[in-house]
This record gives sequence, C-alpha cells and structure tokens, in this order.
Amino acid sequence: MSALRRTPLYETHRRLGARLVPFAGYEMPIQYSSILEEHAAVRERAGLFDVSHMGQIHLSGPEAKAAADALVTCDLLDLAVGRARYGLMLNDAGGCIDDVIVTRLSEDELFFCVNAANVEKDRDWISARVPAGVRVEDRSDATALLALQGPASPRILARLLAEGATLPKRFRVARLALLGREALVSATGYTGAPGFEIFCADADAEKLFGALLELGASDGLQPAGLGARDTLRLEAAMPLYGHELDETTTPFEAGLERYVKDLARSFGGAAALRAKAGQPLARKLVGFELTERGIARADYEIVHAGEVVGRVTSAGPSPTLGKSIGLGYVPPALAGAGQTLAIRIRNKDIPARVVELPFLR
Amino acid sequence: MSDYEIPGALRFTKEDEWVREDGDAVVVGVTDFAQSQLGDIVFVELPAVGATTEAGVPFGTIESVKAVSDLFAPLAGEVLAVNDALTDKPELVNESCYDRGWLIRLRPSDPAQLAALLDAAAYRQSVAERDT
Repeated sequence: MSALRRTPLYETHRRLGARLVPFAGYEMPIQYSSILEEHAAVRERAGLFDVSHMGQIHLSGPEAKAAADALVTCDLLDLAVGRARYGLMLNDAGGCIDDVIVTRLSEDELFFCVNAANVEKDRDWISARVPAGVRVEDRSDATALLALQGPASPRILARLLAEGATLPKRFRVARLALLGREALVSATGYTGAPGFEIFCADADAEKLFGALLELGASDGLQPAGLGARDTLRLEAAMPLYGHELDETTTPFEAGLERYVKDLARSFGGAAALRAKAGQPLARKLVGFELTERGIARADYEIVHAGEVVGRVTSAGPSPTLGKSIGLGYVPPALAGAGQTLAIRIRNKDIPARVVELPFLR
Repeated sequence: MSDYEIPGALRFTKEDEWVREDGDAVVVGVTDFAQSQLGDIVFVELPAVGATTEAGVPFGTIESVKAVSDLFAPLAGEVLAVNDALTDKPELVNESCYDRGWLIRLRPSDPAQLAALLDAAAYRQSVAERDT
C-alpha cells in the first residue's frame, strides 16, 4: 500500500490532539475530542472541518459551460455565475460515477468539487469527454477546503470579512479576502446545518483554520472530524459515494431524481435513464429507524417476513434524534413510509420502520 | 504516549478487559485505554444472568458511534450479574470504566485462570506497544 497523503492541516490536527485514520488515501482526523461532542457543536453552534482531501476539477474556455452540462445530471445551462449546484455524473448504464457540486466561477470557468476517492477517475472521465477547446485542470493538490458548519457559522465567518463584504447565500459563492488572501466561500456543506465551505490555497489553510477556531471560540466553535461529518450527513440523509451511490446505482434508485434534468437533453447516462423512465425500479433507497434496542450498521442485511430483501448502506446512532437510523436499498414494494422491516444484527432480527427522509428536518 | 489509568490491584487481558477479585467472584470491565480507543460508547450488549463464559470467547458487544467490538471473556465462569445501568447510560463506560461502567460479575469455574492474566505492569507494556 502506498503512503498516506496529508492535507496542509496535518500538523494542526496533530497539535489539536486529533485521532488520525486512513480515509480515501489520506491521513484524516476522525475526531478531536468526541464524535458526539463535535456532532452537537455543529447542530447547536459550529464545527470546523478539514476536507482538503476532496478534489477540484476546473473546466475553462468559451465552451466550458456547455461541456460541463453534458457531463452531469443537473442543469448547468441556466446556472448563473456565482452559483453552485449538486449533480451526478453517470456512466452509459445510468450508474453513478460520482456525485459532485458544480460551481460557476465566471462566464467561461466552472469547477467540480468531487469525492477524494474518485479524483483520478473523474478527471480521466471528464478529460475524455470534453471537446478540444475546453481546458480541464485538476487543482485538487493545490487547493485546501475548510468546512465551517453550524448555525453560528455566519457570525463567525463575518468577523474575518472586510468592511462592506457580505457572505454568500445558500448555494452561492463569493470570492472574499480572508486574512488578506483570496478565498472562495461557498454556502454549501455536508451536514444538513447552515454553513460554508471555504476553498483556499494550501499555503493559506493553516492560518485560516487557526484564525477561525480563535474567532469562533466564544461561539463554541470546535474542530470536528470525519466521524461527526458522517453522523451529521446521515441525519440529513445526504448520500455518501461508495455507500448509497456507486456505478451500479441510478439516481432514480437513490431517490435523487430531483437532481436530474429533462431526459430529452443530451448528457452522460441520459439514454440509459430514458430507457428506464417509467419502468419499475429494481430497488429503492429508504431511510429507517430501529424500533427496538440496537444499532444498525452499513452492510447489515435488511429482512422482511424472514427473507433478506436488501442491505444497509449507511447506519448508526443519530445523536440529535437519540435513535438508531440508517439508509438501505429494498424492493420498491417495501419502500413506503411506515413499512415494517427488520435489520439482521448478529443473527437477530431487530424491528425497524421506514421513515420519510431526511431524518432531521 | 497518552497517560491511561491502569490500577495496580487489577488483572488484565490483552483484549483490554480488567478483572477485579471480589470474594469468590470477579468483576469484569474494559480498561481506560479501551474506552479511549473506542470513543463515545453508545450501546453495550451483555449476556443474561446465568449464562456461562469461556476464556477468550466473546460474551457481549460494545459499540461506539463508529464501530462494533466484541467483548472477550477473561475467564470461564457463570454470569452472576450484569450492569443494567449501561442499558440507558452506556456512556458510563467512558466516564467511569473501572467503577460505575463495570460490565459483568462472574463466578470463575477455574480460579487458576486468574493467575494467567496480565498484571498492571505487563498490561502497561501491552498498551505501550499499541498506543501510537
């Protein structure tokens, strides 16, 4: 196995006493103090994450917008400069290559924020599909990404702004000077809480992370690791690539049809989705909660009437709700809210109930 | 290396359980190192009173937010009591692993097995080898 990579914040994590674990080829903080404490900080106050392992692939040139639009399920033709949108890149069978956030930086430049484990795959896939005039540049290694998440995020980040500067609204971005250096602030996140993702140069990350922790201390801001990020995104029922999404899963099965544009348009996977439209789904993603004691986990079997009918993709305790929750695929006939299922936990079938998503509203 | 509490009067296993002699019974729990490695404990599954344990064989499960771990019996014996407080407050294992976060009380079937467990110095060594 090749050596683990480190983000520019590695030394900061060590200094803060983080527990570091391998994740997508990087040595990343899973927690600093306690996952539950960091989770609560984000729900009630704010948490600061290093997600520099994520990738950024830029497309530029006069045809960049049209080229990008042909790569993803979401509509980019009407994406204004300074706005961001969630979408999926699909293979020819309609399966998910990755889920991404696409941001329009200028008239002729956009970038895809992609999952760390998929950077190379995505870059190659994109490069092979854009016309000659569109430049594809992978800036993942030069770009750090900090996520400031939680209700106190706006007032904490506002303390770093120059007089007259304003923070972007949800799913918008702004180039802002932070500590005298340019950063791209995007009002997006992966926690279900309000907040921002801040793209900056690797060299600026340490100073910015430290300054935010200091400025946010009075609001209860804490550094937060990937452990809390996972429990937070699960409560918000946001899919995790490799769990809810993979190359055999269509956006319809994953319940992501609202991120799919008109199928008459031409984009990767559109023909496969057209063929599937109106056909019954093979399986459907559901959210469930256990109705008796126990904790479901990814890969556990989902059982109905004694038969295995599916598999859990992500699950665990919901710190906010105080319940054991999870996501998994089941036959569409068993996917309605209120449906009774069971999760097979160490050979015992623990009753569960299908619930509406997201778990946390 | 972090400073983990390792009480001198207890016996230990390489699987990070502690054993305290209490009359002709023993009390079993997980060590400070174990609870620290596990992180926030959210669920503990323990055997029924009257169940028997085998040395080195799982007798229950302990779950943190992220992970599920087996609890390995340090000794063969009969379960005399389990810590019911952990049903509603599994976090007692984090807060008080050597006291209010105890797991089970056992009557050893072969008290000689006790002597084969690690003493505090040997356990400290075992932790030092694993704590990075």
